[in-house]
Amino acid sequence: MSENKEDRHVLTGRHFMNGDTACAEGAMAAGCSFFGGYPITPSTEIAERLARRLPEVGGVYIQMEDELASIASVLGASWTGARSMTATSGPGFSLMQENIGLGAFTETPCVIVNVQRGGPSTGLPTLVSQADMMQARWGSHGDYPVVAYCPASCQEMFDLTVLAFNMADRLRTPVFVMADEAIGHMTERVVIPDKSGIEHVVRKRPHAGPMDGLLPYEAEGSMVPPMPRVGRGYRIHVTGLTHDERGYPATDAATHDQLVRRLAGKLTRFAPEIIRIEEVQMEDAEVVLVAYGSTSRSARHAVTILREEGLPVGMLRLITAWPFPGDRIAQLAERGCRFVVPELNLGQMALEVERYARQPTTRVNHAGGQSLTPDQIAEVAREAMTCAREKSWSAITS
Amino acid sequence: MRQEVRLAGFGGQGIILAGYIVGKAAALYDDREAILTQAYGPEARGGACSAELVLDDVPIDYAMLNTPSILVLMSQEAYEKFGKHAEPQTTVIVESDLVEGAPAEWPGIPATRIAEELGTRISANIVMLGFLTAVTRLLSHEAMEESITTSVPARTVELNLRAFAKGYEFGLQRTEVAI
Repeated sequence: MSENKEDRHVLTGRHFMNGDTACAEGAMAAGCSFFGGYPITPSTEIAERLARRLPEVGGVYIQMEDELASIASVLGASWTGARSMTATSGPGFSLMQENIGLGAFTETPCVIVNVQRGGPSTGLPTLVSQADMMQARWGSHGDYPVVAYCPASCQEMFDLTVLAFNMADRLRTPVFVMADEAIGHMTERVVIPDKSGIEHVVRKRPHAGPMDGLLPYEAEGSMVPPMPRVGRGYRIHVTGLTHDERGYPATDAATHDQLVRRLAGKLTRFAPEIIRIEEVQMEDAEVVLVAYGSTSRSARHAVTILREEGLPVGMLRLITAWPFPGDRIAQLAERGCRFVVPELNLGQMALEVERYARQPTTRVNHAGGQSLTPDQIAEVAREAMTCAREKSWSAITS
Repeated sequence: MRQEVRLAGFGGQGIILAGYIVGKAAALYDDREAILTQAYGPEARGGACSAELVLDDVPIDYAMLNTPSILVLMSQEAYEKFGKHAEPQTTVIVESDLVEGAPAEWPGIPATRIAEELGTRISANIVMLGFLTAVTRLLSHEAMEESITTSVPARTVELNLRAFAKGYEFGLQRTEVAI
């Protein structure tokens, strides 16, 4: 074979590409070498693409017997040093929650894509929703931090999947790509750069030294412990029980409090680097639309409509949903901004906006199955603007 | 200018591929912005199916259609669902052998019959794209050819380009419509 295997990781060029496919290509470009999953609409195209692409570069695609096994295989692959991932939708995401907690507690880097569809339960298999946002934050038991990105275009399906892998390795934590059906099934232009244009964060490895004495959970002051690879001779123990720096079970209150606090603190320390937002026409905005995923496209259009009417409305787009950019919301609230939160659920991220703004928001909701239109959002924002100016905010939020 | 296009027919006609080819021609070869969305039932073949495109000169926020500028109907069901309620400003193009009852002034082409004459009926979608290109000038002939060449299986490129040319020639025989 004259062709370098490495070259086939990155599909450099301009493409007209489905969002799910762009996500799969993002994984390829990031050097993902293991996918364990169970196909489910509307994420199936990710599995389909990787089933074909991973073997081309010597990677492994496994269709597991269910989602419980899928996420378990992803965690196992990660401990061998591989960049590993799975892709699913609501019902599968529910099944994965227990081992997502295991991944968080054992600090196992991996990427979990949820292309959201209407729920609860089997719900609307082929139709859009954004109702798993709180599940992403709180789906497994116990206190643990999560990172979640919300792509709003096919290009971002690519870009944020690459970023997710880098952030997972950087922080040693599972990272979610919380897409939605509308973005997963949309086809748009996607530009994939050369390999040199793809950022690649290398997972921190233990320093060379005796393999017997390694402390796999010693954070060395950075809050992120280096991660050994199983099968390389290290004697390590990985457990979902509360563990000490050796990785051995240590189920006492002091160790538990210290460990859980370090995991939470890790995300707090790195939050400024994790959090990404896009601000549109915010300089003089009095009413701010807080939106994410496919809904942010309608919200962006709503801003255009309202600006044409001379109304000072802007949009804050959550590219990172978790950790939540609460400081920016608090700042804007202090400036006197009022918030309108359109989302395809009955009000999930709106709760978070309200928590940091310390004021009620105006919500625009649909339980899922169809997108919110720009007009629907504009109409509510217009009303919110009137109420904000007349200082009768409580009239529309009560 | 924002243009919205809906191609509708039944599963197995290559409706989604036709939509993909139009979108790709615009987004990669004609220097425009394009988004393709699609709707289909659980059936692999035979069920109602439509491809929806938004084309624009500026980045597109909202991907859903308001009022299509162009409607391409390749089945009776598609005509009943979309054609009968088409707005006056919509240019409607029909597969004239598969749609009954359409107004005579709507541009029509027996795309499936022409494809069969070329050897395979599955290129009816490409014949239709040739006709669409000639009649509406939605996208350039070159961009469409390029898009077909890079979107269909390599061994069928020649056949599909012939199908496109046939549809295009058929379209040139009638007056262009304004879109």
